[in-house]
Amino acid sequence: METKIYTLKEAVGLFVHPGDRVVMGAALESLIPFAVGYEMVRQGIGDLTLIGPISDMLFDVLIGAGAVARVEAAWVGNVMMGSGYNFRRAVERGEPRPLEVVDHTNFTIQTGLKAASQGLPYLPTRTALGSSLLERNPGLVPTRCPFTGEPLVAVRAIEPDVAVLHVQRADARGNAHAWGNLGVTQEAAFAADRVLVVAEEIVPPWVIASDPNRTLIPGFRVSAVVEARWGSHPSPCQGYTNRDHGFYREYHRASRTREGFEAWLDEWVTGLADHTEYVERLRAAGRLEALAVRDHAYTVAADFGY
Amino acid sequence: MAAYTPGELMIARAAREIGDRELVFVGMRLPLLAFLLARSTHAPQAVGLFENGVLRDSPTPDPLITMSDPPNLRGARMCMGMELAMGLLQAGRVDLGFIGGAEIDRYGNLNTTEVGPDGAGIRLPGSGGACDIACMAGRLVIVMKHERRRFVERVRYVTSPGHGTGRTWREENGLPGGGPAAVITDKCVFTFHPRTREMVVASVHPGVDPDEVRALTGWPVVIPSPVPRTPEPTAEDLAVIRRYDPEGFWSR
Repeated sequence: METKIYTLKEAVGLFVHPGDRVVMGAALESLIPFAVGYEMVRQGIGDLTLIGPISDMLFDVLIGAGAVARVEAAWVGNVMMGSGYNFRRAVERGEPRPLEVVDHTNFTIQTGLKAASQGLPYLPTRTALGSSLLERNPGLVPTRCPFTGEPLVAVRAIEPDVAVLHVQRADARGNAHAWGNLGVTQEAAFAADRVLVVAEEIVPPWVIASDPNRTLIPGFRVSAVVEARWGSHPSPCQGYTNRDHGFYREYHRASRTREGFEAWLDEWVTGLADHTEYVERLRAAGRLEALAVRDHAYTVAADFGY
Repeated sequence: MAAYTPGELMIARAAREIGDRELVFVGMRLPLLAFLLARSTHAPQAVGLFENGVLRDSPTPDPLITMSDPPNLRGARMCMGMELAMGLLQAGRVDLGFIGGAEIDRYGNLNTTEVGPDGAGIRLPGSGGACDIACMAGRLVIVMKHERRRFVERVRYVTSPGHGTGRTWREENGLPGGGPAAVITDKCVFTFHPRTREMVVASVHPGVDPDEVRALTGWPVVIPSPVPRTPEPTAEDLAVIRRYDPEGFWSR
């Protein structure tokens, strides 16, 4: 059987390149591929364009690490706390480097990725009419319906080089099951040239084939599969990991100053060899026990028999 | 009179905007608590829709900090993608949406992108789904803190369009939703004049001097006389709010 299993280090080194357009955090506040983001920082992959609806604090970490030239997003910050201080420093003061920002709404990100996933140059929408986004984002252009003449906004296709997707389980060929709120995950998966799937568990192919409606993306679209338990931490992964609210609070406090952020980055990212050491640090701090699922709730099996 | 916080009063007032059987784009923070309160009291069949794709018609089994927290998925009626959730909004099937904002002007336009002078401004997180909700919800309710620097004559960046420059601006610009219907602050409740679409005071919260509302609002605001007062939260309201926000993370 063809296998696409790589270590996290290998997958990032092989499939994420400097200058890439990378979509991450496509499910919104959950299933955010933090482990991959941290590894991109460790490997010094820079000049990135980050694409996503909200991204929670992952984009802020990468911006602070100096890895990002441009952000195409609806929202950049720390969802429970508000502002992202690295994002602010980059936009307001060019620190640690200037950052180009292309403002979107959640729906225009979805619409742009959808257009790319269907091989279209653009798709129309009714959102953002009358907003200042139309003046700032050249990918949002006022237009009219060719049939009715109604005002619409044309959203230019958003074409990522790489989509990084965290899922609950995948097989060795990259067929991936994900569940819960998925946001724009499927559009991202079908829009990108390369897809990097990070799974809590690698499972045998029959597990995926037993429930094809739960398959997010077929293996032939996937470049690499990585097994990384706790790889979405601090974001939640339904059935595996609860949200580490305290981690977001501590990050917010630490990143208030550039020096505080640098110390945080050294403690949790650059000072650690890999994701295994990150998990060990979480374990040593007693965090994993609190984040594990205490009350499992399995679905009732669907019958695919005939 | 039961002791309550301004946040709790805002939640209780916001909950009254939700009708039974309505489809509500919920958002987070105070509006989420308002939705849970409405569901638990006068609107037991209201349905909540979140931009991440979660649709639910029952309260969550545990408190939430974000809309994607695991308790919000447990027992949800549907987990769809954003496309269908936003599609419902775009198709005019969402009755009510809630958003907040950093800055608002007299026609209910909101700015959550950048504030302050050119060249020395503060960069804010941006739209998220706020612009989408403001453009396309059947009606929009805005919940935010009442400060002079937030209530300005004209926002410098329209992240989420309200009534634009007033009157028939929304129709002229092709915006499908009805636009802002109410603004709930920690001092008062505004509604919008049916013809000019300018924000006018509908009620002032108990214990708040109307002059304070005037001082905190960046344009000459109309306050009816005698001053209508916002109803206080009931004991039941407070019990429900405290059940869903036990640490007072959002409501205190």
